[in-house]
Amino acid sequence: MIQSLETIIKGHPFFADLPEKHLQFITGCAKNVAFPELFTIFQEGDSANEFYFIREGLVSVELIVPQRGVTTIQTVAEGEILGWSWVSPPYRWHFAARTLQRTRALVFDAKCLRTKCEEDHDLGYELLSRFMSVVSARLDATRLQLLDIYGRHN
Amino acid sequence: MDAIIEAESAGRVATDPLVPEQFRIERLKRETEDTFTLELVPVEETREISFLPGQFNMLYVFGVGEVAISISSNPAEASRLEHTTRRVGVVTKAMGMLKPGETLGVRGPFGSHWPVAEEDGRDFVVVAGGIGLAPLRPVLYHLMAQRERYRNIVLLYGARSQEEILYKRELERWRGKFDLEVQVTVDRGASGWRGNVGVVTPMIARAPFNPSNTVALICGPEIMMRFAVMELQKRGVPAERTYLSMERNMKCAVGYCGHCQYGPTFVCKDGPVFRLDRITSIFGKGEI
Repeated sequence: MIQSLETIIKGHPFFADLPEKHLQFITGCAKNVAFPELFTIFQEGDSANEFYFIREGLVSVELIVPQRGVTTIQTVAEGEILGWSWVSPPYRWHFAARTLQRTRALVFDAKCLRTKCEEDHDLGYELLSRFMSVVSARLDATRLQLLDIYGRHN
Repeated sequence: MDAIIEAESAGRVATDPLVPEQFRIERLKRETEDTFTLELVPVEETREISFLPGQFNMLYVFGVGEVAISISSNPAEASRLEHTTRRVGVVTKAMGMLKPGETLGVRGPFGSHWPVAEEDGRDFVVVAGGIGLAPLRPVLYHLMAQRERYRNIVLLYGARSQEEILYKRELERWRGKFDLEVQVTVDRGASGWRGNVGVVTPMIARAPFNPSNTVALICGPEIMMRFAVMELQKRGVPAERTYLSMERNMKCAVGYCGHCQYGPTFVCKDGPVFRLDRITSIFGKGEI
C-alpha cells in the first residue's frame, strides 16, 4: 500500500503531536527520494538546506581525516533523522553523508522551513525542540563512544 | 546456599561447592585479539553438565589462581562447557596459554539465571556490549531452540570495532534467520565496514518489540547498561521485566567471603543476573 507523505510524516515520532497547520506546512516542504548504494547525499562544507527522514536503508556520516581517509562517525538508520546543520548558521554541513545501502528517505526543504520558522515562532519552537532531542541523543551517543567502554580498562 | 539449590534444580549433582572438579581442554578458540573461548569436557566421563543461562563457573588454573567466568555454551549440550573470556589479569593470561589436553579446575555452576523458561509468549530484547555477549549466548541458544514459545526476539550487539565482534560466524548465521532480528554496531567503523557505527543503546528506540510484552536482558559495561535502561524505560519496558548481569570481584562464589558485595546483596549468590526493580536503589550509584 502506498502511503501519502502526510501519513508517513504523521506516523513518525519526531512529528508526533504537531498541530495540524504545522504538519500541513511541513508536508508541503517534503518529498520522497531514493538513493543507490554508496551515493553521496551531501558533502562536508556544502550548504545545508535540507534534512532527511530515513525510511529505509543505512547512511554513513563521514569525515575525511588527513592520513586516515574517510572515517565513519556514525550511521543513521531507518526511522532516524539525518542532518541538523540547517538549524544554525552558517548552514553548512559539518560532515558528509553517504549511503551504505539503497536508501529511501523523505527530504525536507529546510531553507523554506527556516524562513517559515522566522515568521511563525510557534512552528520554530516546535521544530527546534524536536531537533534539540536529536542533537542531545547524538551528544550522549558520542560521549559513550569517546569513553571507549569496551576497551581493555574494563 | 541458593546457588547450590539452583545447581541442583538444573539437574547437576551438587558436590562440595568449594572443591573444583577436573575438566580437560578440548579446544581453545581465539575469538578476537584478546578474547578466547575454552571448550571443556569433564575428566570424569560420566559427569553430565547442567546449567541455566546466565550462570557462571569458577575456573582454576592450577598453581595460578581462580576466576569467575560466565558459561557461554548451549545449555542443551550436556557433554561440554564453553567459557569466553578476555586476557586481562594473571589468571586469564595463564588460561589463554593452556593447550588442548591440559586440565583445569571447575567449580559451579553458580548464581542466578536469565528468566527465559518463565516468560513464554513474550518478546525478548537482548542488549549486549563487548564481551557481555558471552553470558547472553546461552539465552540465544535456548530461545532459538524453543522458538515457538516466544514472540519477537531481538539481539542488539555493540562492539568496539569490527575486529572485536564476538562469535562472528554465529551472528552471521543468526542474522540469516527470518525469525530473529540481529543488529550489530561498532564504535569505530574502519573502511570496508558496511554496517552500523555508533553505540548500541540508541538502537533500542527503533528495535521491533512490543514494550508492554517484552522481557529485556542486558549485559555489558555498567555505563552501557545504564543508558540501555534509560532507552528501555523511554520505550515503556517495565523494570520488573528488565534484567541485568552485574559484575563484581567474585572469589568464593557461594556468598561466604563478601568480596562481591553489591549493596545488600552478593553478586555471586543473589546475582549475577538481577531484576532491575530489585536493585533500582543501588544501580548506577558510584558509592556502591
